[in-house]
Amino acid sequence: MAFAAFASTAAPPTDAPPRRRSKVALLLLLPGILYLVLFFLAPLVSLILTSLQAPSEFGDIGMYSYAFRWENYVAVIEQYWPHILRSFGYALIATVLALAFSYPLAYFIGVTARRWPLLQSLMLVLVIAPFFISFLLRTLAWKQILSDESFLVTSLKAVSLLAPDAHLTGTAFSVIFGLTYNFIPFMTLPLYTTLERLDLRYLEAGNDLYASGFHTFRTVTIPLSMPGIVAGTLLTFIPAAGDYINASRDFLGGADTQMIGNVIEANFLVLLNYPAAAALSIILMTVILVMVGVYVKRSGTEELL
Amino acid sequence: MSSRPMPADPMIQQLIRQARQAQFGRRALLTGGAGAAALALAACATGSAAKPTAAADVSGNDKTLRWDNWALYIDVDDAGNYPTLEAFTAETGITVNYTEAVDDNNTYYGKVKDQLALGKDIGADTVCLTDWMVGRLARFGYLQELDHANIPNLTNLLPSLKDVDFDPGRELSVPWQGGFAGICWNKEKFPDGITSVEQLWNTPELKGRVGVLSEMRDTMGLIMLDAGIDISGDWGDEEFTAAIDVLKKQVSDGQVRNIKGNSYKEDLVNGDSLAAIVWSGDIVQLNAENGDKWGFVVPDKGGTIWNDNFVVPIGSAHKANAEALINYYYDPAVAAEVAAYVNFITPVAGAKEAAMEIDPELAENPLIFPDDATLAKAKVFRTLSGAEEQTYGAQFQSILLGA
Repeated sequence: MAFAAFASTAAPPTDAPPRRRSKVALLLLLPGILYLVLFFLAPLVSLILTSLQAPSEFGDIGMYSYAFRWENYVAVIEQYWPHILRSFGYALIATVLALAFSYPLAYFIGVTARRWPLLQSLMLVLVIAPFFISFLLRTLAWKQILSDESFLVTSLKAVSLLAPDAHLTGTAFSVIFGLTYNFIPFMTLPLYTTLERLDLRYLEAGNDLYASGFHTFRTVTIPLSMPGIVAGTLLTFIPAAGDYINASRDFLGGADTQMIGNVIEANFLVLLNYPAAAALSIILMTVILVMVGVYVKRSGTEELL
Repeated sequence: MSSRPMPADPMIQQLIRQARQAQFGRRALLTGGAGAAALALAACATGSAAKPTAAADVSGNDKTLRWDNWALYIDVDDAGNYPTLEAFTAETGITVNYTEAVDDNNTYYGKVKDQLALGKDIGADTVCLTDWMVGRLARFGYLQELDHANIPNLTNLLPSLKDVDFDPGRELSVPWQGGFAGICWNKEKFPDGITSVEQLWNTPELKGRVGVLSEMRDTMGLIMLDAGIDISGDWGDEEFTAAIDVLKKQVSDGQVRNIKGNSYKEDLVNGDSLAAIVWSGDIVQLNAENGDKWGFVVPDKGGTIWNDNFVVPIGSAHKANAEALINYYYDPAVAAEVAAYVNFITPVAGAKEAAMEIDPELAENPLIFPDDATLAKAKVFRTLSGAEEQTYGAQFQSILLGA
């Protein structure tokens, strides 16, 4: 009784003053808006202006002046279309592979392992653990594992799964492998959060209605986990398409596996062709935006955007 | 502004708290999930051709100096201190802030070019950059003229380095260390050695195991020398394009797999590369770490020689301090001490004799104190004009990008 008395004195019901929701909301939004204007909008405008620059007259390497040279876009597409296609191709394959690996894993952690909370948290830690090591170091480690004289490659050659003069580093295989590996946690975690809330009674209901396991999975589990699938694929696909570490010649890539990020890097740092680098960045952003828009619309999860 | 008061019932309070928590967790994860990554390159005004003016020198009453240099490019003791720098401070009272800030000429340039164009301080009073980058900075007017009266030891500069085409009379730059680009090979796999560019292309066992540098002047320099062209002399588009075609063919045939910057060392160690175009000093270091596994040679048809040079950027206010530092390192005894650690070629005459006293074996190493025969084979890649830098760079990059 004393407890109840305490509770009622702690929070005496008073008349709340009239709310001024809009002003406060605006105030709270201000830092975010400022941040976006300063660090997203301004650089974006600058990027667009740079992409339209023309070489200065009598200028040296890397000297450009403001112009309206939209031909820059045509030029970079003409020169680098294979890299653009390759980037999206690699990113798509990596996303599909990551989904294929992650879904069973997330299902196990989120659904099957519900009975053993300790196992569940342990596995979650294992999924997140690679983040404790730098992205670059992990990729470098794979470069060693996949190198020509490594245990893996020599064993594969010994059992004739790999031709004697074949190699793994510097090939499309190692780049896609690296992309898949590096982005798997981004796929697993969103999937886990949706599957973890999956109501098992729906699956029971499916069973009661004589649906096969596969049928229940296809018509109940998959649609219910759609938000996780969409979030996971976006989190994997978008950074993978722009990634330039895995494909870099200094990491897992070779001359014929260069992606759009590497092209932008070379144009910006080595060739000092800032308009080309900017135009490629804008093309990359636009293509991703359109693809993501269509994808989200088709998968019926607009509320995610 | 107060929030809506909680209901009195503790059970309901608990429920509300739980509901809020659940909502929070879900919301946070989902918004995190949908946040699109935006890639924004910092764009820059690059049009101006006006040359910046040098900052006023305050060295007289500010005894500090900031020096940006490459990694593993100075003597270090076990405690992580730089003995020669400490001796310099003791001698002159100038404290030096030494930073391993240069990872690559291009990335360093990308980092500082906007400040340089405006004549602003780049956060370093002196920095060591490679010949061709010094040439570019000199052309743009980004460097301060050095007062040779403050560098009396400059008389110790090797005669061959006194007049270079990018800086006649060494008015803007002074060499720090140099090196060769030549060919190295794995001695276990190739006891007879791989000693020419032609052998790199024509040895079947090397298919897919040849490495070349992503530094254009070294890789293209060796290929052009192999074709009998004097890279320091008069050559043009035709010769360069012919050499580009050679490299393109070797890459597309799969003979050359690895085109790398500094990371080529990992490929040598893990065996991805069995022979490669490399920098001499690195091989000395790799051999010391991995047990004399590689041979190195400047090919008979020629290799390249380059230097990293001290320059004083236009915005630095400590030019006289930088000149004192350069003067100090041109003392042969100090130069020998540095050479004993970094394994590159010292530009200081008399350092070999000084090294004899520290470590005779070191002084005999032809990669650190090269003999005349080796020096005769090494050529400097001639300085390119702005237009050439652009077109040749684009041709070379198109191979690196597989386009």
